[in-house]
Amino acid sequence: MKQLLTGNEAAARGAYEAGVTVAAAYPGTPSTEILEEVSKYKEIYSEWAPNEKVSVEVVVGASIGGARSLAAMKHVGMNVAADPMFTFAYLGVNGGCVLITADDPGLHSSQNEQDNRYFALHAKMPLIEPSDSQETKDFIKEAYDVSEKYDVPVLFRMTTRICHSKSLVEFSDRKEVGVREYSRNISKFLATPASCRRHHVELEEKLERMEEYSNETFLNREEMHSTEIGIITSGVSYNYAREVFGEDASYLKLGFTYPIPKQKILNFAKKVKKIYVIEENDPYLETQIKAMGIDVIGKEKIPVTGELNPDIISSSLLGKESNKIAANPDKIVARPPTLCSGCPHRGFFYEMSKLKNTVITGDIGCYTLGSAEPLNAMDTVICMGAGISAAHGFAKAFEKGNRKSKIFGVVGDSTFFHSGITSLIDIVYNKSNVTTVILDNRITGMTGHQENPGTGYTLMGEPAEALDIVKIVEAIGIKHVKVINPNKLDQVKDAIKWAQEIEEPSVIITKWPCALKKFSKEDKEEFDLSLKKFQVDPEICKKCSLCTKSGCPSISFSKDKGAFIDTNTCIGCSVCAQICPFGAIKSLEVN
Amino acid sequence: MKTKNILLVGVGGQGIILASKIISNTLVNAGYDVKMSEVHGMAQRGGAVTTQVRFGDKVYSPIIGKGEADILVAFEKMEAERWLEYLKPDGVAVVNDFEVYSAPILSGKNTYPENIIEDLKERVNTIVVPAGEIAEKLGNIKAQNIVMTGSMVKHIGLENLEWDKSLETFVKPKYLELNKKAFSEGLKV
Repeated sequence: MKQLLTGNEAAARGAYEAGVTVAAAYPGTPSTEILEEVSKYKEIYSEWAPNEKVSVEVVVGASIGGARSLAAMKHVGMNVAADPMFTFAYLGVNGGCVLITADDPGLHSSQNEQDNRYFALHAKMPLIEPSDSQETKDFIKEAYDVSEKYDVPVLFRMTTRICHSKSLVEFSDRKEVGVREYSRNISKFLATPASCRRHHVELEEKLERMEEYSNETFLNREEMHSTEIGIITSGVSYNYAREVFGEDASYLKLGFTYPIPKQKILNFAKKVKKIYVIEENDPYLETQIKAMGIDVIGKEKIPVTGELNPDIISSSLLGKESNKIAANPDKIVARPPTLCSGCPHRGFFYEMSKLKNTVITGDIGCYTLGSAEPLNAMDTVICMGAGISAAHGFAKAFEKGNRKSKIFGVVGDSTFFHSGITSLIDIVYNKSNVTTVILDNRITGMTGHQENPGTGYTLMGEPAEALDIVKIVEAIGIKHVKVINPNKLDQVKDAIKWAQEIEEPSVIITKWPCALKKFSKEDKEEFDLSLKKFQVDPEICKKCSLCTKSGCPSISFSKDKGAFIDTNTCIGCSVCAQICPFGAIKSLEVN
Repeated sequence: MKTKNILLVGVGGQGIILASKIISNTLVNAGYDVKMSEVHGMAQRGGAVTTQVRFGDKVYSPIIGKGEADILVAFEKMEAERWLEYLKPDGVAVVNDFEVYSAPILSGKNTYPENIIEDLKERVNTIVVPAGEIAEKLGNIKAQNIVMTGSMVKHIGLENLEWDKSLETFVKPKYLELNKKAFSEGLKV
């Protein structure tokens, strides 16, 4: 049976067929759906871990304990997870272990476009790169065999276009491999200087053996057509290259890219006249191939930045520009993402947008959009957790510089659990007068609504202990905590004023569920989530446009007609009604 | 056959992902090799959404470059302008005569561009579909995605495939009749 699957669905299917029994991840685009799909297979225990480092440590433990295990993360998540990865590469596995990195060339939904193939070189882990969904499924299965045969964890690199594009996949049955025996083996699994000096030597030997495998495996294959041009490529770039050159070139399509198959590359190089290395982002293959003394053309023609597509390859290597219709900029207005109608972050950022002499360090999540027009209420966004720790750094710099700005550090609930807690400990321990704002919308929002340690449910849908953020921050040593409803502007204003007057670390928790969330029974008990609608009374509207400063996509404004609310999309958060100084925005009766 | 490319563009919430599922599923059932690619990270936050469906004997790339779409299906008319460069100069633009204001327009900072349909017609073979109107007449504006799908099917010449079967697979029974009607209305435009 063949089915149209995304790469993420195929990765999950591959894990299922390979007999995986433990999987863990923290959500992150474009990797999120891998674990969501894995959780549909009841043979596999799966979980959302609080962050990527924890998820990798969980699967490391599971592997040593004998299970075939899987962790999946977005590229920047691998930075968080790097610590256990590097050492685990030394130790090796018991049950096979695969770590998936989902890179995001083109930054569709990320803060950088780092090329995680270098993690393979750096951590000395074998690297596999599929080109489509079928390969994703097949290569995952092969990855487990490699992992167990060579006693190493395997790095599996996907990219947005592999993760989120669909192609046909042939299914197979699951191979039940069970959970391997475990007995204590400290010379193998206890990382000490003494054991790891030996492990390093062994790992280098394993890499030599894996290079032999790399030369032989079906993952690396030649596809010979015209020998005028030879193309060495991997991942989705293979499909782009194939699209552009067809049978006018021969291909060395690499699926196992660390260690690279040197002998196979040398053989291929002898058969073709000119070689292009086509790869997205960094010259990962190109640098290694050039180091072998082979003359290839790569990044001097193909851009390092951004995502590739057939068009770019065609114009950069063949000088062929596609025949296209020119855009008419007069007819195009930008369509930037905005906080949704009824988003509980809106009320908070609306009040923050009015503050002067204030620094707001933001973080990764929907609330990053608090930085956008018309709210413009954010100074920085760096990485998960930096919303809090960077605020602390600002405070220390400003103390040294004798500046008296109020500093707010803003993070979401899931981000707080991910890496905000240690940051808040720093604020308390090293005493900075920062107000940390935890925007608790009861879900991991930006990645499409995943449960987290605060929601009361697990990935597999089981009820769980819902962590109490107030108790956590109090336990850390925060003496001033306020929990507010962010849809009530007076509560937001009061909390901000309260925070401005405190000379010690303080925390504001804004607590209201995401407007798009499928509400849990606990949400319905705790919050008044009845649907309301608001409309503008045109008789009262003075056309001041103040309501549009909320940035709500349900409100439109024209100078002659004033404000208008689209009742199809309004969910009745009432923020605009509280902003209107004339009482022109009123609640509608809704059945 | 040479690979054909369908580019669907619009705004989050317009049902583009569902439409592309129906399209690609039908093409798979008809025996084509199919690849479909979507960008939807910001879809629910008011951003633009695009999906690409490619089909033929053997499809390699999941995405196309500029000037490569055989048909551009715009669920919102300003989005047709935004993605026009991706259409082949002799391709067809099937455009929903429907406006969704983006943030700079809502706030009054920009105005919604005028005469988009006229501008498109001057430059490319444009089929205007009042999909919003048709769907509303049928009783639910949300069915405009299926009206657009029907019209796309007609203009790319795929009427003989088993569309009903895919509608039955992907549409909830409660909305099936509505969507079947929406599809056949779309086929007429």
